[in-house]
Amino acid sequence: MLKSIRIRAAIVILLCLAALVYLAPSLTTSLPESWKKYLPMDKIHLGLDLQGGMHLVLEVDTAKAVESTLARSINDLKENMMEKRIRFKLTTNAAGGNAAFEFPDAPARDAFDSLLAKQYPDLEVASSGTVEGKGVATVKIKDKRALEIKKMAVEQSLETIRNRVDQFGVTEPEIIPQGADRIIVQLPGIKDTARAKSLIGRTALLEFKLVDEENSLDEALKGNVPEGDVVANESRLDRTSGQRRDTPLLLKNRTLLSGDALESAKVQIGDRFGEPHVSIKFNAQGATEFERITGENVKKRLAIVLDGVVHSAPVIQERISGGEAQITGSFTMEEASDLAIVLRAGALPAPVTILEERTVGPSLGQDSIDKGTWASIIAGILVLLFMIAYYRFTGIVADIALTMNMLLLLGVMVAFKATLTLPGIAGIVLTIGMAVDANVLINERIKEELRLNKTPRAAIEAGYKKAFLTIFDSNVTTLVAALFLFGFGTGPVKGFAVTLTIGIMVSMFTAVFVTRIIFDYFIWNRKMEKISI
Amino acid sequence: MEIIKTETHYNFVKLMKPATILSLAVIIIGIASLIWHAGPNYGIDFSGGTLIQIKFKSDTHTDKIRKAFQSIGFEGSIIQDYGVKEVLVRTPETGKDTANFTPQVEKALETAFGAGNYEIRRIEMVGPKVGRDLTRKAILAIIFSWLGILIYVGFRFEFRYALGGIIALVHDVLVTITFLSLFDKEFDLNIVAALLTIVGYSINDTIVIFDRIRENARKNIRQSLDDIINASVNQTLSRTILTSFTVFIVLLVLFFFGGQVIHDFAFTLIVGTISGVYSTVFIASPIVLLFEKIKPSGLKRKK
Repeated sequence: MLKSIRIRAAIVILLCLAALVYLAPSLTTSLPESWKKYLPMDKIHLGLDLQGGMHLVLEVDTAKAVESTLARSINDLKENMMEKRIRFKLTTNAAGGNAAFEFPDAPARDAFDSLLAKQYPDLEVASSGTVEGKGVATVKIKDKRALEIKKMAVEQSLETIRNRVDQFGVTEPEIIPQGADRIIVQLPGIKDTARAKSLIGRTALLEFKLVDEENSLDEALKGNVPEGDVVANESRLDRTSGQRRDTPLLLKNRTLLSGDALESAKVQIGDRFGEPHVSIKFNAQGATEFERITGENVKKRLAIVLDGVVHSAPVIQERISGGEAQITGSFTMEEASDLAIVLRAGALPAPVTILEERTVGPSLGQDSIDKGTWASIIAGILVLLFMIAYYRFTGIVADIALTMNMLLLLGVMVAFKATLTLPGIAGIVLTIGMAVDANVLINERIKEELRLNKTPRAAIEAGYKKAFLTIFDSNVTTLVAALFLFGFGTGPVKGFAVTLTIGIMVSMFTAVFVTRIIFDYFIWNRKMEKISI
Repeated sequence: MEIIKTETHYNFVKLMKPATILSLAVIIIGIASLIWHAGPNYGIDFSGGTLIQIKFKSDTHTDKIRKAFQSIGFEGSIIQDYGVKEVLVRTPETGKDTANFTPQVEKALETAFGAGNYEIRRIEMVGPKVGRDLTRKAILAIIFSWLGILIYVGFRFEFRYALGGIIALVHDVLVTITFLSLFDKEFDLNIVAALLTIVGYSINDTIVIFDRIRENARKNIRQSLDDIINASVNQTLSRTILTSFTVFIVLLVLFFFGGQVIHDFAFTLIVGTISGVYSTVFIASPIVLLFEKIKPSGLKRKK
């Protein structure tokens, strides 16, 4: 028996030491160098509600990704059919995920069908029929392929956002997918939330398009946009008034080159005005393409379009080789460096919208930590005092278990890198109240046994034995509830489930295993005749 | 020290009928209150909308704050005092341009109060889509926790015990919702967490008594279930009071010292634990008895 006590005590002491080792970095900053080398340095991980920061839920518009893939295929198909002299009319161009064609006669329709089957494995005819004697067909992306595109769009968005955040320089960001089309972004300690949001949320689709100078802009503004053209605004900063002004431009809709062809982008300061601009470098293929485009269109204007807004539309003076270009557009230093980041990280495959935003300032977080700590300390002291007042010696035993419970609970949280949130602190306080339950159960049971005139040794034996099943069953059911809480919860609530779950499990250990060692020690080693309970 | 010196012999089973009536009355009041308030007072987590916590340098009149928010198109914002020189502004709609929400608010406040005279301490925006999702998830979480417990208790004890336990749990959640509605407390994610905790705590309490009933039933085969239940509730009474008391202490501490965010959470738990203890004694066990009367089980004859 004495040997068993010693072994069990050793286990408990080792666990407590381990917990202390894990907690040390959170408690003090002045640890010796050798500690940093060999022992864990992780601090207790605080949730955004305690350390301050921003939590975003983004939704990727995956339907848009499918739509733009379809639009690209349809464009290709269109050109292909024109080359093969198949007669058709495109009535709907990819809007809403469908493209509708009209054919004047049956041979045209047959040629279209065979072309589609042969060269466009991703497309299928969704519906066809005859309207006013003309054959019509609606084309869409195959469902299976559409699903793949959607999945890819989310994955790619995740990767792109991660890149952007990394380059922006946030410590310990968390970027994880949620459900089919959502992305959770957590940025601890971020100050300029607006800037971070615009950095994450913009699509950053860079396109080079020619300005249409043959057709009239005025006509287009009246609503008569020529076939294959589009009206876009050029945003310019008026130096005298300091305000941004939009000037409309008529562009040819065809994208000659896009951001995919970039190799790098960096901020540079202009020689003349000391103005920042972004200089971009194309990859090998992009450079060749750029050289060809500029060579073919000398004296024409080439518009640099970012997310549908023209940044500048300079006149091409000569063929440009070397694959370098500049995006100017009266940026502030911050804007220029953000633009360089998003261009380097690449465009989002589909637009994202912010569904949910939660930002907590650092001062509120500190307030919460202070209040939570005080509440825990006060609650802890009250319960400790109550247990001693009510149970005397046995109360002290329960208090030792409770103190160990807190130590192990926090130690486990650090070891498993669990996040402590404000509701999580509430969970710890609640654990203080509930953890003594096991001891109350055992003690009340021992009391009952003592009333039956059993010796202390027999009473303790029977008390533990009978109380254990009850403690086990009641705690498992609470765990079931905590588990669902964990599954349901987001952020702070999840933190509550975590502390509650760990608290319950640890309390089963400390309240049953640890207290039993102390009792056994006094009964066997000290030959205690009477228990004060 | 002992609260209960000797073994008590209260007849809890006899109190079952008035207790049931009391519980039903409370729940009916709750339903009436919910109808009166046109449903639960959903926070932005569920209804969607925005919440902004602002701390001012000096005392600020709510009208001025309201005007500032009206200037950026947030009509019908609710402004609530939240501690010293601190307010909570809630708007039911999120505005069209969700990406520029924060800068808009900052600009409006800066024009109205001047830079440096205020601090935005917390800003939350939940779109209607997320709100609907969270509502669905919250309801599912509570129902699944009931089911999970039903299965576990049914497996460890017997189905009628499981049913008694679950009815007690449903009772506790309904009673808590009643009081939340009566005090016009806001339903948010933290409250759902509190409800799930109540589920966990209340079943914990119930299991302790069930366990004793099972033990006593095996010991005294000839005793009627009425007597066994009475004896079991009495035997565990001191434990029930002690544990509830310690939990109560910590909840009161949270209520008074935990800060604003935890305040309603603690309130919910206080109501829930009281209901939990009450339902364990007066609802869960009598239901086991009720089922025994409808369909006697073989448990008592088992060794």
